[in-house]
Amino acid sequence: MLSGTPGSRGLANNDTRHYAAREIDTVNKRVNPIKRSYLLLERWFSFSFGPDWNPLYHLGTLTFFFFWIVLVSGLYLFIFFNTSIHGAYTSVEYMTRQQWYAGGIMRSLHRYASDAAVVTILLHMFREFALDRYRGFRWWSWFTGVPTLWFVITLGITGYWLVWDELGLYVATLSARLMDSLPVMSGSMARDFLAGRLTDRLFTLMGFLHLLGQPILLIFALWIHVKRLSHVGISAPRGLAVGSFLALLTTSLLAPATSHGPADLSRVPAVLNLDWFYLNVYPLLDKWPPDQVWILTTGITLLLMLMPWLPPKKTGSAAEVHLDQCNGCGQCAEDCPFDAISVQARTDGERWENEVVVNPVLCAACGICVGSCHSSNPFRHARKTLETGIDMPDFPIDEVRTRTHAALAGLKGDTRIILFGCDNAVDIKEFQSQDVAVLSLYCTGMIPPTLVEYAQRHGADGVFITGCRTGDCYYRLGNAWLDQRLEGGRKPVLRQRAKRDRITVYRAAETDTARLRRKLAEFQHDIATLKQEEPVSND
Amino acid sequence: MIKILRYPLQALNYTLFMLLIWYFSTAPPYRQLQPDQAVITVAFSHAGKRVEECRKLSQQELARLPPNMRAPLDCPRERSPVTVKLLLDGKPLLEEVARAPGLYSDLGVDIYRSAKVSAGKHTLAVQMNDNVRVKGPTYTDEEAVTLKPTQLLVVNFNSETGKFIIK
Repeated sequence: MLSGTPGSRGLANNDTRHYAAREIDTVNKRVNPIKRSYLLLERWFSFSFGPDWNPLYHLGTLTFFFFWIVLVSGLYLFIFFNTSIHGAYTSVEYMTRQQWYAGGIMRSLHRYASDAAVVTILLHMFREFALDRYRGFRWWSWFTGVPTLWFVITLGITGYWLVWDELGLYVATLSARLMDSLPVMSGSMARDFLAGRLTDRLFTLMGFLHLLGQPILLIFALWIHVKRLSHVGISAPRGLAVGSFLALLTTSLLAPATSHGPADLSRVPAVLNLDWFYLNVYPLLDKWPPDQVWILTTGITLLLMLMPWLPPKKTGSAAEVHLDQCNGCGQCAEDCPFDAISVQARTDGERWENEVVVNPVLCAACGICVGSCHSSNPFRHARKTLETGIDMPDFPIDEVRTRTHAALAGLKGDTRIILFGCDNAVDIKEFQSQDVAVLSLYCTGMIPPTLVEYAQRHGADGVFITGCRTGDCYYRLGNAWLDQRLEGGRKPVLRQRAKRDRITVYRAAETDTARLRRKLAEFQHDIATLKQEEPVSND
Repeated sequence: MIKILRYPLQALNYTLFMLLIWYFSTAPPYRQLQPDQAVITVAFSHAGKRVEECRKLSQQELARLPPNMRAPLDCPRERSPVTVKLLLDGKPLLEEVARAPGLYSDLGVDIYRSAKVSAGKHTLAVQMNDNVRVKGPTYTDEEAVTLKPTQLLVVNFNSETGKFIIK
């Protein structure tokens, strides 16, 4: 412990041990091959689209966008669709052939957007897995997301059924066999698809399911899926949306969706052009009895759903509110990416109207709320422990200030830089040198702008902030909030007295160490030039 | 990177993405039957005979029962499993043993099984046993059938007439 550093009196010995253990965890982190490969792929897309339009950062909103296309095209198709055994196929054929310029294109958009949605959902799942964003506080989104995929798949299955071509009959018969094998089902639905037994009633039911029942269930499932998130984006960036739509439209014009021959109950088609995105389970029914297919699919689904606990992820302690330092402004509640903080009426009799409350079950321990709090100003309580309105018990703002101070005090070089990083991006320990001090935080969103100014006042010639790649914050919103605070668009803002030309933000993933090193060297050079240009002061 | 140079790269990415979507939306084709094959499906509902016959209660037994439960016959609810065998040209094609569902195994069974066979002329024999108290088939049928490629031949059973319907 450095004597004379602010806050040193308030630091207990057991706290010191705890922080040291956290440091070791971040030093030893390695990037596994799956994550490394995925980050390379993301870099390719950022190179091609720019970070703002990188489709891998917008897989959720892209899926929503594809659903919109499916909805609008589906409504159009419904106008001309005949929900009867004898009318379904001919009405679809009419739209495909005679009305190819409208109904045909709508049908193709309907199919290709549905397929694209499955791809983006699968990529979304893979991304969360590869980047380890499915465990710990994220368990809810993963757990509810897996069955949501099945809602989408079954919606597609009933869609193929409605076309009532050979593929529709195949899908209907095998779906019925799957349903018949469930012990809760009485009677045989599969026998209805044998000659002479089918009526329009079942067809009307399927139409209702596909057009209304299943979409409502899907919307409900999606609402549940994002229930624990705040500031949920459901609109894809305009450029990405336009590009995706043009791609779908071009494909629809070049390779329009078509039907098989009409359903013939007395024949079994030898060859089927399956949509493998939706119907990949069905060929299994040729090899296995339906109950085994159920066991396989249910087993895989349950295994996926339980993955957040295989093994569980350790997360830090939840944020704590210190009411004596909180005026109930609610900025932390506004900034919390996981809706873990709420505002309620004051309970301690102080003059403020409100106070904030943390729900520890929802808290991700990201520290973004600490950066949001006006009381996290390190210039406060200069001679005693810095206390703030909301703090991280495992890494309080006082410890952040102490470490910043100590790190700067240890610098010997002519151009002194402090490098703030986050635990989920490049490991910044290796950048420590005689003129670069490093401090890794839970998230760069944890940085109150006054800390930047504080570092400048206490010897930093330049402040370099790095963290997760732009558009890909591990805690969703830390990057965005920090940018807005530094630019003055979000409270607490960076004050005018801070030297803005000596602050830079460059974001880099765990695999971007070399790029970060180059950027840091450039920044050091720029700061050295600025120092040479500035007038000599006697201070 | 100059922004305008991104557009060709984006076009390339969109093309690759849509190629993936387009291909797997209809391909590779799935062959469920060889060109010279047909399918025989046996599908019907039928309730097996009771495992034990109904027994007429004696006057003494009836007198021991409460007045509202004095049914003259005691009929155990459990029904026999239904066994169906298909023989094509004298060789076993498929066999299904369907146990009666229900808490007391007292409901009718639904049978749905299919088999792929080569098209052409065949002799199709069907044997069914629905009574555990009888050894061997309780219903049989045999027909000469001519199957066209990809034809679906359905073997049904009418419980009221006790006859198989093959068409």
